[in-house]
Amino acid sequence: MNPGEESRTASALARDIREAAAKVSGPLRYMEVCGTHTMAIHAAGLKSFFPDNLKLVSGPGCPVCVTEKRFIDHAILIGQKYDATLVTFGDLIKVPGSFGSLATFRSEGGAVRVVYSPLDSLEIASQQPARPTVFLGVGFETTIPTVAATLKTAKARGIENFFVLPAFKTIHPPLKVLAAKEDLHGFLLPGHVSAIIGSDSYDYLVSEFHKPGVVAGFEPLDILLALRDLVRMTVEDSARILNDYKRVVRNDGNPVARMIVEEVFEPSDASWRGLGVIPGSGLALRESYARFDATLHLPVEVPDAPDDPRCLCAAILTGSKTPDRCGLFGRECTPEEPVGPCMVSSEGTCAAYYKYGAA
Amino acid sequence: MCLAVPMQLVEITGEGTGKVNAGGVKTDVSLMMIPHVKIGDYLIVHAGFGIEVLDSEEAHIRLDLFRELAQATAGEEEL
Repeated sequence: MNPGEESRTASALARDIREAAAKVSGPLRYMEVCGTHTMAIHAAGLKSFFPDNLKLVSGPGCPVCVTEKRFIDHAILIGQKYDATLVTFGDLIKVPGSFGSLATFRSEGGAVRVVYSPLDSLEIASQQPARPTVFLGVGFETTIPTVAATLKTAKARGIENFFVLPAFKTIHPPLKVLAAKEDLHGFLLPGHVSAIIGSDSYDYLVSEFHKPGVVAGFEPLDILLALRDLVRMTVEDSARILNDYKRVVRNDGNPVARMIVEEVFEPSDASWRGLGVIPGSGLALRESYARFDATLHLPVEVPDAPDDPRCLCAAILTGSKTPDRCGLFGRECTPEEPVGPCMVSSEGTCAAYYKYGAA
Repeated sequence: MCLAVPMQLVEITGEGTGKVNAGGVKTDVSLMMIPHVKIGDYLIVHAGFGIEVLDSEEAHIRLDLFRELAQATAGEEEL
């Protein structure tokens, strides 16, 4: 499509959204679950297309944002005590812990390596067999199979100094908590998480909560199309799960990827910033992979790590506040000097508001 | 963090490994999660892994829908 066609398609979708929204007297509130959607929506200025009664709030699908401060502390304590190399995706590096971030730990001489793929950590481990190499396991269903596949490879290659510190999260348990909120009318469902778990896996939103959901791609037109379908379902009072990202997402997802995860991990409880402990929302290594568990093999005492009580990240992650309501936003808390993780992550809601403005 | 981009598979280099064209540069990709992939397929690549294969038929259906919507608006402007 040329830019002219794209802009005409956007106008047509925006008009459809306005016409449908006009049929509803009250406010329409939807949640974009995924942080990559949050960033795409702000970057394309999509909120300027929305009618006044349509509000889109951000959800918990930003892995860095929902990871607790204590996890950063845990990683740094392992690095210090065992002289381990900490391997991570770049997004995590500036998140403040109780005694600094991974970036400050590195500036003080700690070994922290940023990688593109978890597989890269196996090369790092092989190059320094006497030193533990610890991959910081943060992420949702899109990322989890890549770490599971890395663990399978490590086992096959007999790499003994490689470990994972798991803080993985799965999306269904928090969605069930959020779907019960009466002021949320439906969900813009994550594209790449759904590529793994499949669009059929959200059926409970309809059967248990009578809420519509649309799986969306990441182009601005994909997002507008998905919103149009959400608003239309609300108007018709019909709750269904639609898949508007069929070029990538199958109804049953990617069963091969899920089998790899299943072999390596089992469900466990996990603690979420903003939502607390949700049973069965995390993953732990199975017994057959326990030798790679950094928690077991590189034990440290990790004290409790309370968040700055003024930081609204928790309320923002559950869609009950927007960043402009936070007293720290843009003053004490900026991407250069972040107080909370919602400002650190490239897909955090506060970072998106800071970079592109509230609209 | 769930960013994933389409890249074309240009080479199969071993069991479960291949190379994709990433903006003119050939990059290694793991095919562990998409065992039935063929050279020429577009993969959705995340963190060094192909996590899915782009369905070109569905991609065309989407384009047709968007073109139809664009035309509807173009027609109105002329009226």
